[in-house]
Amino acid sequence: MIVLEKRAEPSRAWGAGGPILAVVLTMLAGGVMFAALGIDPVEAIRIIFWDPLFSERFAGYSRPQLLVKAGPLILIAIGLSMGFRAGIWNIGAEGQYIVGAICGAAFGLAFYPSENPLIFPGMVIAGVAGGVAWAMIPALLKVYARTNEILVSLLLVYVAEAMLASAATGWLRNPEGSGFPGSRNLARHPGTDNPELFAGTGMHWGVLAAFVAVIVAYVIMTRHLLGYQIRLAGQAPRAARFGGVNPARLVILCMGISGALAGAAGVFEVSGPAARISIDFNVGYGFTAIIVAFLGRLNPIGILLAGLLMALTFIGGELAQLMLGVPAPAIQAFQGMLLFFLLALDVLANYRVRIKRKVAA
Amino acid sequence: MIIDPVTLIVALITVSTPVLLAAIGELVVEKAGVLNLGVEGMMIMGAVCGFITAHHTGSPALAFVAGMAGAVALALVFAVLTQILMANQVASGLALTLFGLGLAALLGVGYSGLPVPAIARPFPEALRDIPGLGPIVFSHSILVYVSIALVAAVWIVLTRTRIGLVLRAVGENHDAAHALGYKVVRIRIAAIMFGGACAGLGGAFLSVVRVQNWIEGMTAGAGWIALALVVFASWKPWRVLLGAWLFGGIAALQLRLQAAEIGVPVALLDASPYLVTIIVLVLISSDRRRAALNAPAGLGRVFHASS
Repeated sequence: MIVLEKRAEPSRAWGAGGPILAVVLTMLAGGVMFAALGIDPVEAIRIIFWDPLFSERFAGYSRPQLLVKAGPLILIAIGLSMGFRAGIWNIGAEGQYIVGAICGAAFGLAFYPSENPLIFPGMVIAGVAGGVAWAMIPALLKVYARTNEILVSLLLVYVAEAMLASAATGWLRNPEGSGFPGSRNLARHPGTDNPELFAGTGMHWGVLAAFVAVIVAYVIMTRHLLGYQIRLAGQAPRAARFGGVNPARLVILCMGISGALAGAAGVFEVSGPAARISIDFNVGYGFTAIIVAFLGRLNPIGILLAGLLMALTFIGGELAQLMLGVPAPAIQAFQGMLLFFLLALDVLANYRVRIKRKVAA
Repeated sequence: MIIDPVTLIVALITVSTPVLLAAIGELVVEKAGVLNLGVEGMMIMGAVCGFITAHHTGSPALAFVAGMAGAVALALVFAVLTQILMANQVASGLALTLFGLGLAALLGVGYSGLPVPAIARPFPEALRDIPGLGPIVFSHSILVYVSIALVAAVWIVLTRTRIGLVLRAVGENHDAAHALGYKVVRIRIAAIMFGGACAGLGGAFLSVVRVQNWIEGMTAGAGWIALALVVFASWKPWRVLLGAWLFGGIAALQLRLQAAEIGVPVALLDASPYLVTIIVLVLISSDRRRAALNAPAGLGRVFHASS
């Protein structure tokens, strides 16, 4: 009989090896899925994971895209991971991302056609403020009305989407766009643009911000009192309260940080890769970032790697769509599978598998 | 008056049925001490499986069975993860939603806009033609009556039977239930599967009966509203019905207000069902006594039998 024995401490080897094994298992299960779709699984996996980086035909375009796609994922996931560590579940990063983008774009467009170099920093501040404000709704409701932050933050995503639609078709619509929905192009207007910093790398201000966030989060989580309080509150909430951790302050801080980073990601996206506010501006980075946070084990360095891997599946997925006609949603299912395997393998980090003979009582 | 109250109430009942089905299933799951945040994913799986089956077989009954089966399959993944592999329930539930949305979109490629059979109504036309009462009470498809009967059944089982007592015991204190010899894991898996079947039925109702079409992401947060309804209802079956009708009323009303063009911004109307759900959630949760009274004590806790 197989029994699971609780480990006194989670296994470090499985903690690091789990995500890698999960990726391998996902490739296998994904291969089965592709085969079921009538697509050669080996070729599909190669196109998703190998070609974007190493094929001569595609790498020129795909490699810079890696940073472009990983930037927002990492930025959002870093913010989420701090809250998740403390047991504060901000599931609505997608909404904070949208509101951040709307606020940033609105700030930039308010000064149109000025090309003042202070406009872009102002947009970032406006976007961060928007993200924080949107995250404060579930945070304050949790603190003062004990409302479940999971449900409120998630429901606010739909409210944000309604706002986005009204912005794109109404008050932020391009007056010279002959009535089509969508705002002016922010990326092609000096002053509001978030340009590629080094040609051919995909590196823009948002990617830089993501790298800075990784470093800052690493220092906070390992060296700062706040990081200690976050970890304590997550592992032993009662002990944390006796130890002087103020749970209300922690909720507001964690939600605020994740809202700020999600809002910033929104601004960097709307002023760079996405270029404008449009109805379908959000592509689910806020939700995929949840997978990134878990895949990275809620650890800043892990999130950096996980963000790059997830970006690779996005780019590879697009490539597979183009080359093999893999339907676009397949890649979303693929990413969901990855999270399943990851969570399943957590058992090996927390429990020891023992095979015992059944003994008569 | 542009808005006819009778058609509004009829629409309210139709709109609320998918959410009601999903919520009553989740209520049973939570009463067993499990928090499954994958309702949205299970609903959309039910919607796509139901729609595909309805289109190919022409049988709504088979469509509902397929919808339930698809969602139960997904629920089983969650059950294995959280009950056997003891994974975090919040993360597993989210994974279920993300995976379900992706898989459903994948399965539904090419099905958008295809025809599905019309649904038979159980009551004769003579009853349906009674002014006022007829449309409200007798005009619905069979699943609407099934959903209300299900609320009654869940209420009876939870409060009046031994099975309900055991289920609640598992949800309140799994260690005590285990010590009494109840199979905590098995009972919870059964509850999760029941929740999946209900969510799948709700999803199938949405695609086959209400919208009669498959649209990617068509549940549009209905699963999350169902989760909110369980909290709103303080884990009491009849209040779930009340909450579902309240939500359905807002959703049906805002659609009519949009059509009437009364000058309220469309975005605000679109967002109103979600905003009202949040407001109601706040009102319920802020009442300190009522909120904590009925919540299962073991909700979301991981059970590991050490001996």
